[in-house]
Amino acid sequence: MPAVDLAVMTKRDLNAALHALPADTNETHWTVANPEGAHAIAAGVDAPITVEIEGHAGYYCAGMNQRATVIVHGNAGVGVAENMMSGRVHVKGDASQAAGATAHGGLLVIDGNASARCGISMKGIDIVVKGSIGPMSAFMAQAGNLVVLGDAGEALGDSLYEARLFVRGAVKSLGADCIEKDMRPEHVAILDRLLADAGVAGVSAREFRRYGSARGLYNFHVDNASAY
Amino acid sequence: MDNAQTPRTLPRFSATFDPHTLAEIRRAAATGIYDIRGGGTKRALPHFDDLLFLGASVSRYPLEGYREKCATDVWLGTRFAKKPIHLKTPVTIAGMSFGALSAQAKEALGRGATIAGTSTTTGDGGMTPEERGQSQTLVYQYLPSRYGMNPDDIRKADAIEVVIGQGAKPGGGGMLLGQKISDRVAAMRTLPKGIDQRSACRHPDWTGPDDLEIKIEELREITDWEKPIYVKVGATRPYYDVALAVKSGADVVVLDGMQGGTAATQDVFIEHVGIPILAAIRPAVQALQDLGMHRKVQLIVSGGIRNGADVAKALALGADAVAIGTAALVALGDNDPRWAADYAALGTEAGAYDDWHEGRDPAGITTQDPDLASRLDPVAAGRRLANYLAVLTLEAQTIARACGKSHLHNLEPEDLVALTIEAAAMARVPLAGTSWIPGQQF
Repeated sequence: MPAVDLAVMTKRDLNAALHALPADTNETHWTVANPEGAHAIAAGVDAPITVEIEGHAGYYCAGMNQRATVIVHGNAGVGVAENMMSGRVHVKGDASQAAGATAHGGLLVIDGNASARCGISMKGIDIVVKGSIGPMSAFMAQAGNLVVLGDAGEALGDSLYEARLFVRGAVKSLGADCIEKDMRPEHVAILDRLLADAGVAGVSAREFRRYGSARGLYNFHVDNASAY
Repeated sequence: MDNAQTPRTLPRFSATFDPHTLAEIRRAAATGIYDIRGGGTKRALPHFDDLLFLGASVSRYPLEGYREKCATDVWLGTRFAKKPIHLKTPVTIAGMSFGALSAQAKEALGRGATIAGTSTTTGDGGMTPEERGQSQTLVYQYLPSRYGMNPDDIRKADAIEVVIGQGAKPGGGGMLLGQKISDRVAAMRTLPKGIDQRSACRHPDWTGPDDLEIKIEELREITDWEKPIYVKVGATRPYYDVALAVKSGADVVVLDGMQGGTAATQDVFIEHVGIPILAAIRPAVQALQDLGMHRKVQLIVSGGIRNGADVAKALALGADAVAIGTAALVALGDNDPRWAADYAALGTEAGAYDDWHEGRDPAGITTQDPDLASRLDPVAAGRRLANYLAVLTLEAQTIARACGKSHLHNLEPEDLVALTIEAAAMARVPLAGTSWIPGQQF
């Protein structure tokens, strides 16, 4: 179980070591001490390993992650798990802006709150935020599921495509072309699975409301010009 | 006097309200929507034609045309990348997307570039196997939409180009209308089939030069600092944009003038936002020189490059390389008169066709229609592009030798004069026959 101290080892050497792991490595559980908000920690990892970061991470922690489990025992900066393809990223504290931006797959769990633009342009990732999310979240979100146990800020789901948004608390306002939709049994099933995967207990899927695209802006029409 | 002999006032069209303008007003009134089209600006602008080379004379020795070496190679990405790119010619292929272009056209661009020893570039919509397979050197664009963005493809790329903007629409995002969102395009972009796709104009997870520096650092970390990282900007405020790109850690800056094409954008955007490439190169080079980074951070310029003289002039003004898009498509077969009847059926004619967004391109290039796309043979079209790239290089060499230069990069502003005051001011070279550079203090 490699234990890396970023007060001693450089981030470059850490990431290079994570990228160089052979497929059959026994070094499957890494700890990273003294992250001190460094950027791009464990970015570009493509291996079924676990990386535990013992503190706060800067921008783009676990960016473009594939297969790895990355746990941040602290807060995460802008763009945590951006463009993640697969694997799991778990932020024990709060996350800054653009958490899970453009990500295609995997699961991002944030125990605290997430700031503005959470899930912006998401393309298939599942995001579970146990606190609340900031404004303009899920802007142009294309696919995947965003689950929020707390509240959502202004303009949720603006210009949304096919992503599903589940919010348990209050939504300050919906963005252009985002509407509340019926919670059908298949959505309850999805939500039950995501809550279980995120380790959420004692919360029922029935407590959430579902939001999605009205699909009114999918094809340009002059009568919709004021919505753009 | 006989009325038949009375001189009559001839019908006179207004220069302000000319027939094109009148037609556009009527079209807008009838449809309620702005005109969308492909390509770059169509208006006359100060351009490379307004510059001339002086050539050798008593005080300058020329090189023998077919005997003395005039090198054309260029290294890109020498600042930070462990694996910089080495190209045989400084003429590269600009970013164009699969989606905007057919898979055959993308493959042809890769084939032609590879034969010529240069690079080609992906676009908004990801990397196709055809393109990667046929491109020896492939630059992977990192765009605001991040359609198809995949770390596996980043690792397959030879360089990464962070796109901030493009010359045809600085400040605007991409646009791909529903006719071109086929099953394959939709799947690559994770979008429903047939929608009018509007790409974001800003990157989703960074804002401003301080964030860009961190984003570039992330891309370097992901690729273990191997690949050159370009930053592409539309020509607007080139001095500051280039300076900030350098500050953010770019290896290469790509500067695209308003003559550069787009797959689809509002005509009003294409014609009225941004500046001509002629006006952009010297401020960009000035920024590099002021930072001590000229030739260390390479500058690629694009927008209206048509022949070897344009290449030579761009390099003489201080660029390290150029990129071509529109001219490359024409070399493949875009707007070819052989499809004249088909263009006429679309209400246009060969040479003027710009409704690339409609996906009905008779030449099979800007389309996703399988029948139309099959008109383009990627092997033959790639060969045509390679021939054209060879001519551009040979023409630039011809001029460079005449100026006594043993490498295209030895061309310099001192080799140039301007035909117009405007071009003299923009290119910062003297008006021909004078020592006057407008705006310069002596």
